[in-house]
Amino acid sequence: MKANILIVGVGGQGTLLASRILGALADLEGSDCKLSEVHGMSQRGGSVVTNVKIADEVKSPIIGLRDADIIMAFEKLEALRYTNYLKKGGVIVVNDQEILPMPVITGARKYPEHIVEDLRERAGKVIVVPALAIAEEIGNLKTVNVVMIGALAKNLGIPFEKIDAALKAAVKPKLYEVNRTALQRGYDIG
Amino acid sequence: MKKLMLGNEAIARGAYEAGVKVVSAYPGTPSTEVSECIARYDEVYAEWAPNEKVAFEVAIGASFVGARSMVCMKHVGVNVAADPMFTAAYTGVNGGLVILAADDPGMHSSQNEQDTRFYARSAHIPMLEPSDSAEAKEFTKLAFELSEKYDTPVFVRTTTRLAHSQSLVETAERREVPLRPYVKDVSKYTMMPSSAIGRHVAVEAREDKLAADVNFFDVNREEMNDPSLGIVCSGVVYQYVKEALPEASVFKLGVVYPLPFGRLRDFASKVERLVVVEELEPFFQNQLKANGIDCEGKNLFSKQGEISVADIRLKLLGEKLDVEKQDLPVRPPVMCAGCPHRGVFYILNKLKVTVSADIGCYTLGAQPPLCAVDTVVCMGASVGIAHGFEKAAGREQSKRTVAVIGDSTFIHSGITGLINAVYNKSNITLVILDNSTTGMTGHQQHPATGLTLKQEPAKILDIVALCKTVGCDSVRVVDSYDLAEVEKTLKEELAADGVSVIVAKRPCALLDRNYPAPCTVSDCRKCGMCFKLGCPAIEKQADGSAKINASLCVGCGLCEKVCKFGAIKEG
Repeated sequence: MKANILIVGVGGQGTLLASRILGALADLEGSDCKLSEVHGMSQRGGSVVTNVKIADEVKSPIIGLRDADIIMAFEKLEALRYTNYLKKGGVIVVNDQEILPMPVITGARKYPEHIVEDLRERAGKVIVVPALAIAEEIGNLKTVNVVMIGALAKNLGIPFEKIDAALKAAVKPKLYEVNRTALQRGYDIG
Repeated sequence: MKKLMLGNEAIARGAYEAGVKVVSAYPGTPSTEVSECIARYDEVYAEWAPNEKVAFEVAIGASFVGARSMVCMKHVGVNVAADPMFTAAYTGVNGGLVILAADDPGMHSSQNEQDTRFYARSAHIPMLEPSDSAEAKEFTKLAFELSEKYDTPVFVRTTTRLAHSQSLVETAERREVPLRPYVKDVSKYTMMPSSAIGRHVAVEAREDKLAADVNFFDVNREEMNDPSLGIVCSGVVYQYVKEALPEASVFKLGVVYPLPFGRLRDFASKVERLVVVEELEPFFQNQLKANGIDCEGKNLFSKQGEISVADIRLKLLGEKLDVEKQDLPVRPPVMCAGCPHRGVFYILNKLKVTVSADIGCYTLGAQPPLCAVDTVVCMGASVGIAHGFEKAAGREQSKRTVAVIGDSTFIHSGITGLINAVYNKSNITLVILDNSTTGMTGHQQHPATGLTLKQEPAKILDIVALCKTVGCDSVRVVDSYDLAEVEKTLKEELAADGVSVIVAKRPCALLDRNYPAPCTVSDCRKCGMCFKLGCPAIEKQADGSAKINASLCVGCGLCEKVCKFGAIKEG
């Protein structure tokens, strides 16, 4: 397996767990893998980026401009912010959730309109996932990240059993069942 | 078996396998997880110290008495620990002593971008720099060996991208290292002029020997390839170079101080063009040039921020990427919904006072719409700065100046500033934002939380009693959520002479997540007052009315208190 996956979102949305599930997947595949995260100040509701690189041999842990095969965005504006990191023809898997940044909340700026259309102009393929609505149905808002992983896995052509095994390896046992439901739901619509 | 590990986790694993017995640290991004990971090993004593200087002294003590010990800090923590560190270079060690220092190029979570490699040079302490997690583990083990072999503390330097990247690591068993016998030796462990003069000679001799020996260390590695371009690099930048320039010849430095000049000179003679690729200062480049090895470096790459693969390709291959300019609303970090600091900064902004703030989540009080911070310098500085304001500009200034500091930061180095203010007859007003944790670095324990790093019960430092004991004229406690009380107390204490401390108390909203129901809005009059709180859960609708985002709101009720029309109700 070979893929550069950029996970973007808002601090607190669970991008770290998502990257760890993909790390567990690489482990199952026997591939080399590097993950890169940002801790500290950026986690406080700021724009966050997590890098996942899977290949036979990975050098830099960081995905650069025009270097991502896939952008998995937990928030729409963040998807747009990082489109310069997508390779030509790359795939964007985007949660249709909007989280307003402070300049929008204070009225200094407007939240961009038509984001999904803009993404379609810039990507080879855009998959929109109503991950928040699905997580609400499941009854656990924290599963948004795993719904997204399900949709991503389907698009990477990964068998459900394999991504499920990766999930099991990455989450605490007591959280596995609810997350498995989230994974399945994401996989089904991916 | 290979396992994905954070660079920081790998350093902890390396220290564990090397038989480390004592680890002391103060949390600081990007170094914090080293201590958190090592605390999981029962064989290792690990602690949070109140600051890096104390942590360093603990590690020195453990080393002197014969144990392998480690002290961990972020780059600015090295400044705090510099006093014992410079002299520890003179005393040398008994058990191996390793200093983990984490730099933050690009300032992801720091107030400056200093290059810790210069400390290695000025303190005469050797420094290793790993390039991935596997090396992080191995270099940490090597650092303990070198420390004992050369009788010196040894740095392991990381940067954010190494510390917070995960890559595969092969683990090994721990090797127990018995305590070395402690023998009283005034000439080595008691640094006064008569003995330190002799130790300085030993330091220079050791460094000369090491500078010769590093030419034979295999962690300094030459990778000959196409001779038309030779790169000198270290750390995670090595990975960027290998990805960007797979054809280039590379000299990878594992020891970044002292440099292996013999081998570097040899490498330089074999390549047509020599380029140093290093983040931050021209540390290697200037030394190479001073040793007569001509090279390029900072003529191509910035001294600011991080270097990227794209940057290397652009500067050395002329490859440009096609990227679009975007003008999107920025998403800066903000205080979380329910953050107990928010109300205090809202009041400080309302009172139009000058605020000297400090290092922590509450630094975010500088951001719009709160805009309540005037100065931030370093851990503990808020107190001394407010005192300086008064001594220079007089009592009228201190009547409209407030210092703010967090509980952990106050214990780190604010207390000394407070003692100074009392001693020197100041009239400052200090707000201690006590959220019962070390927040920004991810909820570490400290002396006032009642738990240790290993989550064992501990005595609780009484911050109020401490402030009273050092002689503050007034020490009052308020609930951070009680805006009326915060405002009234601030006004009274600003007017009162003497040193005043207001402890604004309320645990971090992320600690106990049993939140009440979210707040609700009905019949909003669109006055916009609630937006002045800068709460991420209060969203401005197209018609100017407020809406509460129920998935973010934690029901703190601050917005109900600022709404003049009673439109917002606590859940």
